[in-house]
Amino acid sequence: MMVAMIVNPENLVYSRPKGFTDTPSHYCPGCTHGTAHRLVAEVLEEMNVLDKAIGVAPVGCAVFAYNYIDTDFVQAAHGRAPAMATGIKRVWPDKVVFSYQGDGDLASIGMAETVHAAARGENITIIFINNAIYGMTGGQMAPTTLPGMKTTSSPNGRDVETQGYPIRMAEMLATLDGAGYIVRRSLHDPANIRKAKKAIRAAFETQVHNLGFSMVELLSTCNTGWGVTPVQSLTWLEEHMIPAFPLGDYKIAPEVAALKI
Amino acid sequence: MAREMWKGNEAIAEAAVRAGVEAYFGYPITPQNEVLEYMSHRLPELGRAFVQAESEPAAINMVYGAACTGARVMTSSSSPGISLMQEGLSYIAGTEVPMVLVNVMRGGPGLGNIAPSQGDYNQICKGGGHGDYHPIVLAPASIQEAVDLMPAAFELAHKYLNICCILIDGSIGQMMEPITLPEMQPVVRKEYDWAVSGAKGRKRHVLSSIYLDVPTEEKVNLRILGRWREAQANEIRFKEYYLDDAEYIIIGFGTAGRIALSAVRAARALGIKVGLFRPISINPYPYKQVEELCQQAKSFLVVEMNTGQMLKDVQAAVRNRVPIRFYGRLGGVMPFPDEFVHEIQEMVKNPGKPEDDPADLWYQRMMARGEER
Repeated sequence: MMVAMIVNPENLVYSRPKGFTDTPSHYCPGCTHGTAHRLVAEVLEEMNVLDKAIGVAPVGCAVFAYNYIDTDFVQAAHGRAPAMATGIKRVWPDKVVFSYQGDGDLASIGMAETVHAAARGENITIIFINNAIYGMTGGQMAPTTLPGMKTTSSPNGRDVETQGYPIRMAEMLATLDGAGYIVRRSLHDPANIRKAKKAIRAAFETQVHNLGFSMVELLSTCNTGWGVTPVQSLTWLEEHMIPAFPLGDYKIAPEVAALKI
Repeated sequence: MAREMWKGNEAIAEAAVRAGVEAYFGYPITPQNEVLEYMSHRLPELGRAFVQAESEPAAINMVYGAACTGARVMTSSSSPGISLMQEGLSYIAGTEVPMVLVNVMRGGPGLGNIAPSQGDYNQICKGGGHGDYHPIVLAPASIQEAVDLMPAAFELAHKYLNICCILIDGSIGQMMEPITLPEMQPVVRKEYDWAVSGAKGRKRHVLSSIYLDVPTEEKVNLRILGRWREAQANEIRFKEYYLDDAEYIIIGFGTAGRIALSAVRAARALGIKVGLFRPISINPYPYKQVEELCQQAKSFLVVEMNTGQMLKDVQAAVRNRVPIRFYGRLGGVMPFPDEFVHEIQEMVKNPGKPEDDPADLWYQRMMARGEER
């Protein structure tokens, strides 16, 4: 196909969403962060809230999320994104405030901020990237690392006797009355990516309808940290992570269900 | 406005409300609890934001988020809680967003106690968090002075895009005094060209303290320093008492300065020509004013409720031109005016030499006071 034909609007089947900048990605080839970012950008565009959205970037690989998602953004200290989002949301209750955090950020150093934002029923949305590893710092054990899984700080595999067990955040937060929408999805194939997008939409709808705290946990890959190819990482996610972190709806408040998203 | 009896912490909270604070985030810690408690009913009543956070790190990061909107925001805490907030304070300084911090100091280190102390002068003035930054620190000596400084604290924070700290101790927080509160100001949220509010009809705003490109980070550090130098040039505050004919000069801030005023009056009654210089802005510090006092002072007496933290700043200004005597009480012990009068009398008897080490001589005197050990 000639280039001219490809760029012909009639033949255009895929392009950058309005909520995305044209900054080249710094993520490793094969990483699912790009997919998750895109889903957030698409949902914000489809809900027509790009100009009232304020993102909170974490510390971790997504520290530069604001380079890609084209909305107002702040960048938090490690683990403190839900607190920062709380501060913004309380001053701007009518804006759409979201954080985008990895497992070390959200489930380790930021555990208290995450749990209490949910307990308060803070009207914010968290996109939680669970890839079972600290990606940015070079592949150390995360709070979600699977038993036996090798990382640079569990070189013989996570020994549950001394290093404990992975934390299932969606299940844990679903016990809190302040949570309006808590689900876990996966990004390992197109069908699941579509389901993930629907969940992200539902989470943001929960927020704009003032129905409480919303979080979408996305099982994601870190082929670099895991030491496998991108394709192998998708298979590994499906075969190992989903059994440990079952996909599903952990809390959908009746008022959220009534929205019929 | 009528004069009314107010407790320090509550008066400070009400003064912040009247100065237009839009959001408060805090965590309980004695002796500042009444600020949090007062805000918990007062702010919702006015439709403004209040959150009791799950911890001090969470509280300061809520402040950080709210500060990024350009609203007038604040928190309050006491020594151990301020230690926990240092991470957020560094990020706020690095992001160049404004906030007001009220620090009601108590005895330390560690868990210490809940009695009044000035042991956190260095922590707050010299930077407890990482990186090169300099918060503006104001140290009132009475509840009236504290409430009068609240509007200025917000104005300074927003003018210099910096942290402005009101530094008091547990005694000012807990005591009651008759005061006149400042007038209620309307809430005005300025349209800053950096604040986040959703990018409607404008280019988006991104606020961050990360600059991986090191020359850029150096430029940011220089920009922060530039604003600080401006504050150093323009924001010096102090009070002088009985200095016109003073041969001996006491220097003390906050509560120690207030107790020193009683001591000055008592010593004057004894015929000693002594005066008081009380810094209010302790960061930036009035170095030039202290330096000028060297021309009239036979000797200085520095009084603090710590081991001589501000003493180092006085020494930097005096530079061995005039003898300095130091007297400090520690760990939550409040000095009596009589103790200062005794120090004044001893100083008059023996002003010492400019090259003396005042902190060392004070330590030896403290250790020699067997009954106090």
